[in-house]
Amino acid sequence: MTNPTYTAIFYLFAAITVLSAAFVVFSRNIIYSAFSLLFTFFGIAALYVFLSADFIAVTQVVVYVGGILVLLLFGVMFTNKVMTTDLKADVLNVVPGALLLLGTLAGLLYTFYTTNGWMPSETMLEGSVVERIGFETMSRFVLPFEMASILLLAALIGAAFLARYDAKGGRGNSEQ
Amino acid sequence: MEQLTAIGINHYLTISAILFALGLFAVMTRRNAIVILMGVELILNAANINFLAFSKWNGGMEGVMFSLFVIVLAAAEAAVALAIIINIYKIFNTVDVSSVDSMKE
Repeated sequence: MTNPTYTAIFYLFAAITVLSAAFVVFSRNIIYSAFSLLFTFFGIAALYVFLSADFIAVTQVVVYVGGILVLLLFGVMFTNKVMTTDLKADVLNVVPGALLLLGTLAGLLYTFYTTNGWMPSETMLEGSVVERIGFETMSRFVLPFEMASILLLAALIGAAFLARYDAKGGRGNSEQ
Repeated sequence: MEQLTAIGINHYLTISAILFALGLFAVMTRRNAIVILMGVELILNAANINFLAFSKWNGGMEGVMFSLFVIVLAAAEAAVALAIIINIYKIFNTVDVSSVDSMKE
């Protein structure tokens, strides 16, 4: 674990994640925020690889970068007048927000670092987890797995219903 | 120095705490609903890092499975939230959450 290359690469990805997340939050331009979120998601996926959860890292890239980020960019393009450069996002409650940011950060870090050491298990998670995820999904977690599929179906129908194009220009639930 | 070079669980918890605080800041201070949604995604990712870190040092699979379900729920949440935001844009012609203040047209 004290391999210097390992440490350097970890700090590189940690810096990418944290700096781009800060840019997402503090940038006034929504397009910049959305593209900065791309680097945050990739950095977090790299951290997942460090945590020996390779399958979660691939899922993160596929679902977040390939799905959610494209959806967010679509939302940005759809709800802003790109041509009029009206992409600024106003802020409000900056001082209470900053106080909350620093307070939360200080509280969490104080708790983490003054806890009298975590007690790691004898057997850490090592190697690839793909096979074990398959076994867990089909044995202990089969009910949440099926419930997730029903929830995704409901969310799909609901999102399509809410955002569908209405030819009459009225509310979304007028007759077809 | 040993604390800094040997990557332990506290490193991951620190990154996750920073991401969580940044997401909370975005949710609290931004007016654009889409940036608020980005803040929620940052918070969910911070939770995921915590799940996976504890799962690695605990040696079990529970955290890995939980983070998988968190990603699934985040995808559903983003789709439904964007559908709502697009509806708000159709009705109010803005996505500024502080100017959306009526329930009737």
